[in-house]
Amino acid sequence: MNTKKNTEQPEKALEGSVRHAIEMLDITKVFPGVVANDQVTLRVRENEIHAILGENGAGKSTLMSVLFGLYDPDGGTIKVKGREVRIKDPNEATALGIGMVHQHFKLVRNYTVTENIILGMEPRKRDGTVDLLGAEKRVAELSERYCLSVDPHGKIESITVGMQQRVEILKILYRNADILIFDEPTAVLTPQEVDELMDILKRLKAEGKTIILITHKLKEIKEAAERCTVLRRGRYIGTVDVASTTEEELAEMMVGRAVKFRIDKEEARPGELVLSIEDLTVLSSKGYPAIKNLSLSVRAGEIVGLAGVDGNGQSELVAAITGLSHIQGGRILLEGRDISKDSIKDRILAGVGHVPEDRHKHGLVLDFRLDENIVLKSFDQQPYSSRHGILDFQAIAQKGRDLIEQFDIRASQGPATKAKNMSGGNQQKAIIAREIDLSPRLLVVAQPTRGLDVGAIEYIHRRIVAERDKGSAVLVVSFELDEIMNLCDRIAAISKGEIVGIADAATAEERSIGAMMAGVRAPKARRAMDATPEAQGGEP
Amino acid sequence: MSAAPKDSSHGASKASLLDTLVASDGAVSAFVVILGFLCGTALILAVGKNPGNMYAALLQTLSGFDVTRGSWNARYIGEWLTASMPLILCGLSMGFAARTGLFNIGAEGQYIVGLSAAQFVAIYGPQVPGLHWILAVLAGALAGALWGGIVGWLKGKYSVSEVVATIMLNYIAYFLSRFLTQLIPEANTYKTQSFPKTALLESSLLQGLTNGSRLGLGIYIVIICCLFYWFIIERTRLGFELRATGFNKEAARCSGIKVTKSITLSMGIAGAFAGLAGVVVALGSFNYGRVLSGYDYYGFNGIAVALVGNSTAGGTLISGLLFGMLSSAQPLMQSRQIPKEITQIISGLVVVFISLRAGFRMIMEWRAKRIAKEKRGERDE
Repeated sequence: MNTKKNTEQPEKALEGSVRHAIEMLDITKVFPGVVANDQVTLRVRENEIHAILGENGAGKSTLMSVLFGLYDPDGGTIKVKGREVRIKDPNEATALGIGMVHQHFKLVRNYTVTENIILGMEPRKRDGTVDLLGAEKRVAELSERYCLSVDPHGKIESITVGMQQRVEILKILYRNADILIFDEPTAVLTPQEVDELMDILKRLKAEGKTIILITHKLKEIKEAAERCTVLRRGRYIGTVDVASTTEEELAEMMVGRAVKFRIDKEEARPGELVLSIEDLTVLSSKGYPAIKNLSLSVRAGEIVGLAGVDGNGQSELVAAITGLSHIQGGRILLEGRDISKDSIKDRILAGVGHVPEDRHKHGLVLDFRLDENIVLKSFDQQPYSSRHGILDFQAIAQKGRDLIEQFDIRASQGPATKAKNMSGGNQQKAIIAREIDLSPRLLVVAQPTRGLDVGAIEYIHRRIVAERDKGSAVLVVSFELDEIMNLCDRIAAISKGEIVGIADAATAEERSIGAMMAGVRAPKARRAMDATPEAQGGEP
Repeated sequence: MSAAPKDSSHGASKASLLDTLVASDGAVSAFVVILGFLCGTALILAVGKNPGNMYAALLQTLSGFDVTRGSWNARYIGEWLTASMPLILCGLSMGFAARTGLFNIGAEGQYIVGLSAAQFVAIYGPQVPGLHWILAVLAGALAGALWGGIVGWLKGKYSVSEVVATIMLNYIAYFLSRFLTQLIPEANTYKTQSFPKTALLESSLLQGLTNGSRLGLGIYIVIICCLFYWFIIERTRLGFELRATGFNKEAARCSGIKVTKSITLSMGIAGAFAGLAGVVVALGSFNYGRVLSGYDYYGFNGIAVALVGNSTAGGTLISGLLFGMLSSAQPLMQSRQIPKEITQIISGLVVVFISLRAGFRMIMEWRAKRIAKEKRGERDE
């Protein structure tokens, strides 16, 4: 760990001269069976943007929850602006000037922006009623000062996710916070919104605020942060100066080994048409059209990525293809046959594989054993079930052992391991194993690597590419543009239930895809669309 | 409950034993039953009676052996088994639903329709020896299955809560049974005419073995049901489908399982078990049709039976026998000056303690945390 040595020294030297906004020293937090933070140290200087980098489960959120008073640490001390404190609950954190923008916003959807901001500390007029006008004025002032351009009268349900995030920021500014914690703030944003957020962060810093940015995205750290503290498996790895550290070095600190950013794959050799969606219309559960006259095709031997921000019809499209929901118009053809009226079972038998977005809700029966989950779609067939409907548990366990070996699934008790006792990465591997083992013609993969660590992501991407090379048609839905750009051969951008444009991944620019995700049919995007026939050029 | 934290202060070897015990549902059940009896014993002491009398009464129920008089009468064993039969069947009904993710609070209603259907077949069915009672049994099972199946179908198709639906159907079953049974010409407000001999679940062999107790063919039904339950749940494709649906409906649906069919079948099978409990009571313990004047409460007691039996076939059988013992020991206890309410208190305590299983788990977590801390302390030194 030479990076660590290089960076520790200068910091020690500066110790005397630099004022720290936050010092968390030797923080330890234990959960049953897990040490989430093991003597972690974090020193955030006043008026800096300090990133906390780590994989899922590295202990970033735990550390911040300790700072915000949500967890009581089992050891260590916390100093805020040089003074040792004990933070028992979020109210005390707020009183100390610490504010947090949570990953999942905590807003009342049918209240206005101002009402949400003042909720819990409503200013009173002399007669005891809420001084809404005064509050609105102050919100407008704050919004202007930090260039947030938030409308104080807007209802939360009618503003964009990016705006909602700014309301969260305003909420803590309104409470006079000068230390702002952002927990994975870009997870829900479009690329454009991410850029705007980066500007907001810089603006906040210019106004004298201290910012802690929790993330696992290296690009954002390079763009916005000055220093970065890296955690791995609950331990402090080091604090580095961002400008003098490369993305590769940061990744290595985060994962503990060298990481490949690009996926090694050969050029796609698209074959015959496998999935062809024509004029599809699907109503959402609330009754409005979630998919509008959508057409899309996927060929054998290619990976088509559906890029888009969460909630633009991706889940409905996947549900329509796999048979989980009914369609209102159009056709879904699998190898030329209309499957849109078929049952889920018939589609599985016809060769539709599905790696669902929510692996706990749709992918696994968590209380079942691993091998039972592996045969969840085939338990009613030979050799797992006799003709009389009696199960052969030996055959099921054997299949479990086979796939554990083939797919490198780590399970402490082998095929008998309960699915709920496995890590997220291994659960996902189990689902991928099950789906690939059924040799699907079409593999629909939604959010294949959400919440997984870098190692598991690499593996799952490799498997998806291998499936393509075997001649399957693969449709990938992901909210991570990087993943789409990296993994897919063609990219279709979806916005408000419509395909805005289709681009060849090799030549597409991230910027133009981002614009399309936001619903802009920019000239650039048009050109990418025009380019698609060429991308499929060789094929009739 | 009080024993667990004490144990934790000893070393790691004892702790691991406790770990395995808490992990095993069967051990927890046995433990809470013993705890229930200890509390019952303390209670008897507190009211100034001799707890030995209670255990003598229980022993007599189980073995027919009377310690005080030194005599033996197998009839007590027969009566114990007879009392246990509907409890076991209702336990299976509750357990089957629980294993497939449903809460069947409607076993009482399914029991009533089973009982009523059996009574009607007993009165109006063909009086052919060997056929008559079989028809009555089938009718009862079918009626129960239908009563449960409706609920399952409503839940699967229209997401109607099975708890609400079954509670309502309990009332409907009760009043419908009263209304229809009173329509029988020879019926008065509380009973019908006697059943023909061919409809009764009597067995001269079993009666002979148990010195003239009411024990009859119902015991075979119970045994078959236990085997059927185990086989379906643990061994078959159908059981796999039902359990998958119970644990995670959405994942089951994604895997191509027809969820509505699964839920309907689950509730139907659960209802059939409760319906058979009705048959066993109607044709085994009575020789006339009853116009019900209230619930028999076997259906509700089945919830406790399944809870203590951990919803497994064997566990439910044992737990049903336990609750049957407590109820059939009551007269014997009274004759030994032990208040019979003690048995109900013991049953109640057992159910409360079993519900505290979550509490055991909390203690375990608390201990795991402490051990982790200690280990860290050692490492630091």
